[in-house]
Amino acid sequence: MRDVAIVSFAQTKHERAAEGINEVEMLMPLLKEALDGAGITKDRVDFVCSGSSDYLAGQPFSFVMTLDAFGPWPPISESHVDMDGAWAVYESWVKMQGGKVDIALVYAYGKSSPGDIRRVLSRQLDPYYQQPLWPDSIALAALQARAGLDAGTFTMEQMAEVVSSSRRNAKANQFAQITGDADVAALLEQPEYLSPLRSHDCAPVSDGAAVVILAVDGVAQELSSRPAWIRGFDHRIEAHSLGVRDLTTSASTRLAGEKAGVANGPIDIAELHAPFSHQELILRDALALGDDVSVNPSGGALCANPVMAAGLVRMGEAATRISRGDGDRAVAHATSGPCLQQNLVCVLDAEKEGE
Amino acid sequence: MAEVTLPERLQGVEPVRSIRAPARISYNYTAGRASSRFLRSVADKKLFGQRCPACRKVYVPPRGCCPTDGLATEEEVELRDVGTITSFCIVNVPFMKNLMEIPYVGALIQLDNSDIPIMHLIQEISADQVRVGMRVEAVWVPDDEIGPTLESIKYFRPNGEDDAPYESYKDNV
Repeated sequence: MRDVAIVSFAQTKHERAAEGINEVEMLMPLLKEALDGAGITKDRVDFVCSGSSDYLAGQPFSFVMTLDAFGPWPPISESHVDMDGAWAVYESWVKMQGGKVDIALVYAYGKSSPGDIRRVLSRQLDPYYQQPLWPDSIALAALQARAGLDAGTFTMEQMAEVVSSSRRNAKANQFAQITGDADVAALLEQPEYLSPLRSHDCAPVSDGAAVVILAVDGVAQELSSRPAWIRGFDHRIEAHSLGVRDLTTSASTRLAGEKAGVANGPIDIAELHAPFSHQELILRDALALGDDVSVNPSGGALCANPVMAAGLVRMGEAATRISRGDGDRAVAHATSGPCLQQNLVCVLDAEKEGE
Repeated sequence: MAEVTLPERLQGVEPVRSIRAPARISYNYTAGRASSRFLRSVADKKLFGQRCPACRKVYVPPRGCCPTDGLATEEEVELRDVGTITSFCIVNVPFMKNLMEIPYVGALIQLDNSDIPIMHLIQEISADQVRVGMRVEAVWVPDDEIGPTLESIKYFRPNGEDDAPYESYKDNV
């Protein structure tokens, strides 16, 4: 295996609606910031991979236009996933194993504001039995929360604690959309929004983007004084039909976590992509994270949720914390699909394999 | 395929071969800073492009960045509504129903002082007379119909100048 590290990260200040600017204008300054962060120019990049969804923009092949932000001439080696940018990191990592790519740049962006995100997300359901019913994304998450509460997997109080600590953590995050001190008792006094969820249990609607730069062993040390090495990487998916899944647990996260080797050492930091408060509880359980782990020090997706980029942001946030010495070993997680259908787990470490 | 044994009540029933599940989602499209400024200026019958600080090319319509260099294009260059045909095609299929009489010509037109051609219609000349290098000018819709859209230009027509020298448009052929 070739060792690969995250050496640079940039993200937008996420907001409810990035009005007046299009996706290219949103990305351009970030690409420069990420390249500057690694101290390189774009001609050093061997491979570009992006993550986005045409359903958000409402435009076919919108991701092709966004390449203008990078400047794909002379012709570049490039790929795109119709998934969160975390999966674009996975594709890049696999590609880098082939030996031809030493530096890869991954970007992801999502403007949720142009369409009705709750309706848009229903388009990822199966087209015969579920899509025609237009179940919206919050209703499906509420279904999952209800199942978990009824099964005794978690409690309303625990859900409110997740919200409270996420918002408190986000106070130190200049890119977050929602921050503040929210007392658990006060949160529980809020009215239900879509039973059993209160509005604070749901991620905000966000526009935003993120860029990550990856480099292989020998190059990474040149671009970062403390690279965040990828020590394990796996993603797993569950069945399309909600009815055949146990929504109170996340079998795919558990398996991806095992394959990525989460338990092979102590975890200092976990950045979990949980767009709903109860999902963080399910993920912590699936990854067997102890109480000593700092979970979502950035505030997580509950404080900014740029769809298609929020998972990549988790990887960037975890890597940044390793690089600046907040911890030595971190887990970054990304999810896709309704009720945590597909999950990606990446273990990042200050030391590379064998050190 | 494995044999499927249907319960008795479904035997002999016509199988479902397709379903219809129409979907409709509305979006608020954001043109972006550069395109918005350009479209607003079209509504004032003015055209402009943006120059890349690195390769010096002038892009029209401007998109706020140079797709070659990935750099922001901030310098704006005012353009006349006069240019040169760099390529064209003769349309013999009535795509536009009754709007256009066939045959008609769709052309790539490089506006003077710009480096990227725009696409538009050529009229007031028989289709078989149109040629690459021909000089053309915009014909705008009446003032009360002008808006922030390239449809504010009805079409381009020959302006009577001599054909442009090949050197002036060779990069777009």
